[in-house]
Amino acid sequence: MPLVLNKFYSIFTLFAVIFFTVNTVQAKDAEASVDLKTEIKEYITHHLQDTYDFSLFSYTNKSGKHIYIGIPLPVILWDEELHVFSSSKLHHGEEVVASGNKYYKLDHGKIYRTDASGIISYDDTHHARNIAPLDLSITKGVASMILISILMFFLFRSLARSYKKNGGVPSGIGRFFEPIVLYIRDDIARPNIGDKKHGKYMSFLLTVFFFIWFLNILGLTPLGVNVTGNIAVTFGLALLTFLITNLTGTKDYWLHIFDPLGSSMKWFAKIPIYIILIPIEVLGIFIKPFSLLIRLYANMQAGHIVLMSLIGLMFIFKSWLGSPLSFGLAFAISIIELLVALLQAYIFTMLSALYFGFAAEEHEHH
Amino acid sequence: MVGAGLVVIGVGIGIGRVGGSAMEAIGRQPDAYGKIQTAMLIVAALIEGIGFAALFAVS
Repeated sequence: MPLVLNKFYSIFTLFAVIFFTVNTVQAKDAEASVDLKTEIKEYITHHLQDTYDFSLFSYTNKSGKHIYIGIPLPVILWDEELHVFSSSKLHHGEEVVASGNKYYKLDHGKIYRTDASGIISYDDTHHARNIAPLDLSITKGVASMILISILMFFLFRSLARSYKKNGGVPSGIGRFFEPIVLYIRDDIARPNIGDKKHGKYMSFLLTVFFFIWFLNILGLTPLGVNVTGNIAVTFGLALLTFLITNLTGTKDYWLHIFDPLGSSMKWFAKIPIYIILIPIEVLGIFIKPFSLLIRLYANMQAGHIVLMSLIGLMFIFKSWLGSPLSFGLAFAISIIELLVALLQAYIFTMLSALYFGFAAEEHEHH
Repeated sequence: MVGAGLVVIGVGIGIGRVGGSAMEAIGRQPDAYGKIQTAMLIVAALIEGIGFAALFAVS
C-alpha cells in the first residue's frame, strides 16, 4: 500500500512541477512579442541557412544587449586582397567589421562591403545593393563537412588496419560497420553494376553512403547543422555521380543514348523516331542526377522544417498542454528522422549504383 | 496551394499502393523479401520526388 501511495505522489509531484513551470513561462511570455508566428517562421528559416558560426543559444542582458553564446569560425573573403577574421567580430550583423582598409557587415546571412557607418542600401525587391565579396569562409556547413571527413578518414583507416592485424577478423567498431559495408557491396553494387565491374565504383559508393549518413545524423543533434539540406552540397554530390557515370560510360552506354535501335531498322526509318527519342535520352542524362540532388535536399529540408515547427508549437499553444504535446510529437518525428537519415543515404547510393550500372553495361551484340 | 495539396494526396495514394502491393508480393513470395523491398523503396522515392517538387513550387 505505501508503495502505491509513493508512486501516486511522485506522479502527482511530476505533473505539478510541469504545470507550474509551464505556467510561469507562460506568464513571462505574455508580454513578449505579439506576432510570435512570424518570429518562429524567421527562426526556422534562419536555422535552415548556413551561418558563419556554431551558435548554441542567445539571450538579452539587462542593458538590452544581445549576447550570443557559440563557437566562432573563420571568415575568409577575397576582395582584391585576402581578408581573414573571426566570425565573432560580425556580432550577427549588429556591428561593422574593419579589415584592412575595407568595412564589412552581415546582412540576412550574407556579408557585404559597406563604409565605416555600416549602411546597407536595398533595391525594390529588398535585396542588398552593396557589393558582396567572394566568400570562401569556413561556415558551419563547411566545418561540419571537414569534421565528418576527418572522422571518416580515421575511422575507416583504423578499421582497415584492424583487419590486417587480426588476420581478416574485424574488431571493435568494425563489427558494427562490416555488415553495412558488405551490404553495400553484395546488395547494392553487385546486382546493379555487375560482378565484373563493381569493384572500381565501390570506393565512391561507400564514401558517399557514409558521408551522407553521418551528415544526416549530425543534422539531428542540437547543434542544428543542416548540411545535407543545403542544395549546394547535394548538388556537389550529384555532380560527382554525374561525372563518374558519364566519364566511365562504355561504348554501349553512348550507343544506347544516340542509337538505341541499332541495326534493327534502316537509317531513313530511324530519323523520325530519333528526332523525338534522342533529345529525351540526352535530357535523361541530366535529369537523373538532378532528381538525386532534389530528393536528398528536399527530404532533409522538409524533415528539419517539420521538427522545428513542432517545437514551435510549444510557444504558440501557451498552455500546459502544449509542451508535452509538442515534445511527444517532436520525439516521434525525431525517431522517424533517424530512419530517414539512413534511408536517404541508402537511396542515394542505390540510385548512384543503378546509374553506374547503365554506364558500365555491355550488351551482347547480336 | 490547392494544386500542391492535390499532388500530395496523389503522392500519398501512390506510395500507399506501392507499399500495399509490396506487402502482398512479400506475402506470396517471402523468399524474395530483399528484392521486393529494394524495388519498393526505389519506386517510393521516385514518387516522393514529385511530391517535393510540388511543395517547393508552392513555397
